[in-house]
Amino acid sequence: MLKQTEGSQAVAEAVALCRPEVICAYPISPQTHIVEGLSRLVKSGALAPCEYVNVESEFAAMSVAIGASAAGARAYTATSSQGLLYMTEAVYNAGGLGLPIVMTVANRALGAPINIWNDHSDAMSQRDSGWLQLYAEDNQEAADLHIQAFRIAEELSLPVMVCMDGFVLTHAYERVDLPSLRQVDAFLPPHTPSQVLDPDDPVSIGAMVGPEAFTEVRYLAHLRHLRALEVIPKVAAEFAAAFGRDSGGLVRRPRFGRAGPAVPARRRGDRDRRDGLGARHAQGRGRRAARARRARRRAGDHHVPAVPVRRGTAGTARRPARGGARAHPRRRGRRRGHRPRARRPRRRGAGAGRGRAVPADRDRRARRAAGHHGVAARHARPRRDRPAGPAHLPRPAAAGGR
Amino acid sequence: MFQVRIHGRGGQGVVTAAELLSIAAFLEGRHAQAFPTFGSERTGAPVVAFCRIDDRPIRVREPVARPDALIVQDATLLRAVNVFDGLGPDAYVLVNTTRDLRELGAAEAVATLRPERVRTVPATALAREHLGRPVPNAVLLGGFAALTGLVSLESVCAAIRQRFAGRVADGNVAAAERAYAYVSATTKEAIDA
Repeated sequence: MLKQTEGSQAVAEAVALCRPEVICAYPISPQTHIVEGLSRLVKSGALAPCEYVNVESEFAAMSVAIGASAAGARAYTATSSQGLLYMTEAVYNAGGLGLPIVMTVANRALGAPINIWNDHSDAMSQRDSGWLQLYAEDNQEAADLHIQAFRIAEELSLPVMVCMDGFVLTHAYERVDLPSLRQVDAFLPPHTPSQVLDPDDPVSIGAMVGPEAFTEVRYLAHLRHLRALEVIPKVAAEFAAAFGRDSGGLVRRPRFGRAGPAVPARRRGDRDRRDGLGARHAQGRGRRAARARRARRRAGDHHVPAVPVRRGTAGTARRPARGGARAHPRRRGRRRGHRPRARRPRRRGAGAGRGRAVPADRDRRARRAAGHHGVAARHARPRRDRPAGPAHLPRPAAAGGR
Repeated sequence: MFQVRIHGRGGQGVVTAAELLSIAAFLEGRHAQAFPTFGSERTGAPVVAFCRIDDRPIRVREPVARPDALIVQDATLLRAVNVFDGLGPDAYVLVNTTRDLRELGAAEAVATLRPERVRTVPATALAREHLGRPVPNAVLLGGFAALTGLVSLESVCAAIRQRFAGRVADGNVAAAERAYAYVSATTKEAIDA
């Protein structure tokens, strides 16, 4: 149903449509409205059967989600900022155990100083936690990505974060089209875990292993992440077929036909930026913006970039990174993803957001000075030509370069 | 795109006013976006909220720096905050007060605007009368509909009824209708004069 609603409320209703069986969360701005909305739905009986567990911290919230998911329940939680850091230990465990938990991260800056406003340093701090990260551009996508996230998580046995800009999206009223429960039921079948913790048939999960087995487990997780490159677009295509709108996938295809420098950007900075590019395009200066919906995680030298960019310059619209970092985490990752070495793009960062206007003119001048023109972005594709096997393991530093 | 900035104080329903306006525009089939500037706002502290209305999807999410219309829910802000910041000469201004804007220290800013687009409405008094509480937000939207014609009074009332129920909805609707009539009348006088 099409309605004018708050982003958090839309997400709460979308999550409810996915029939989660356990919801646990600890309030923190700007995520709070989401779990408040869900708690009302559980209390009213509109969302049943579902247990809403009040916990004393984010650490407990993730721990409850892990327990519930390991016992076979569809589990959901949400957090922001310091709350995400506080649950980090458990976040890594959920990743290592491959539990299909879905968590909303209402992106908010990390303190100190205390800052409740939006940047991505919280989610970026978890880049290597073994979770997939999906980034919403607007509230329609935020709602839709949650429905897809449960499918992706359960198909891959991987936990998924759905990231949306705190306040900018969570507290914005705009139109959102929410599907019916019947439609979502047809798209998202009940969760059938391959393995569950069951007192009548006891097993241990995540128990101590030696280095060899650890490497193997990590490697298998790595393969699941590579498979995500196929599953995410597949689920997005099925979503588009079922719901009649494109709301997912790895990257947002550029609006413009003409090739120009690719400017991958996550989140709504992308939208602002694409608007700017649209205006520039209208002036006959073709540029195109591509969007990485999925942030990269670890994978060493075999990192498949969400947005492979052929030779030339790749810029990243970013929120402020932490002091001392050479680049935004995603920018570093993307650069590493570019092989072979001779074709690696030069890096250039561009600040985006309030008070950090994208220096388009300066950027263009710099590019012209550097002789970089005609760079095209390709749609991300998994490297199917690579055989699955030890060749995927990180090569020694000598071969991998910096 | 039509951009509205709403100034008020914590507790006056500033954020709700922006949301109600966006719902009213949505009910007319338009695209609308409402959002607050959020800090750790407290009751009585200056608060700002924004609403954008367009016939196309709205992509920009920055705060409204150059509003096409301004709603000031608390006239004491005129001396505390530069509410007129970024206002163009054709902008609409609606201030909740029973006094003349020139008495409130806004003479200079008002002089640059078109007189028939600068209105005051006693929204707090109307809210007290119809609601029993001095919450002027929904009332001002009735006046806003009369001043700008951007949304209809019917849509404003429907948005109020969507958000509130019972006596609160009835009182707000009645007060909004009064504000609509009041602003319609004074605007007509200003144009005739």
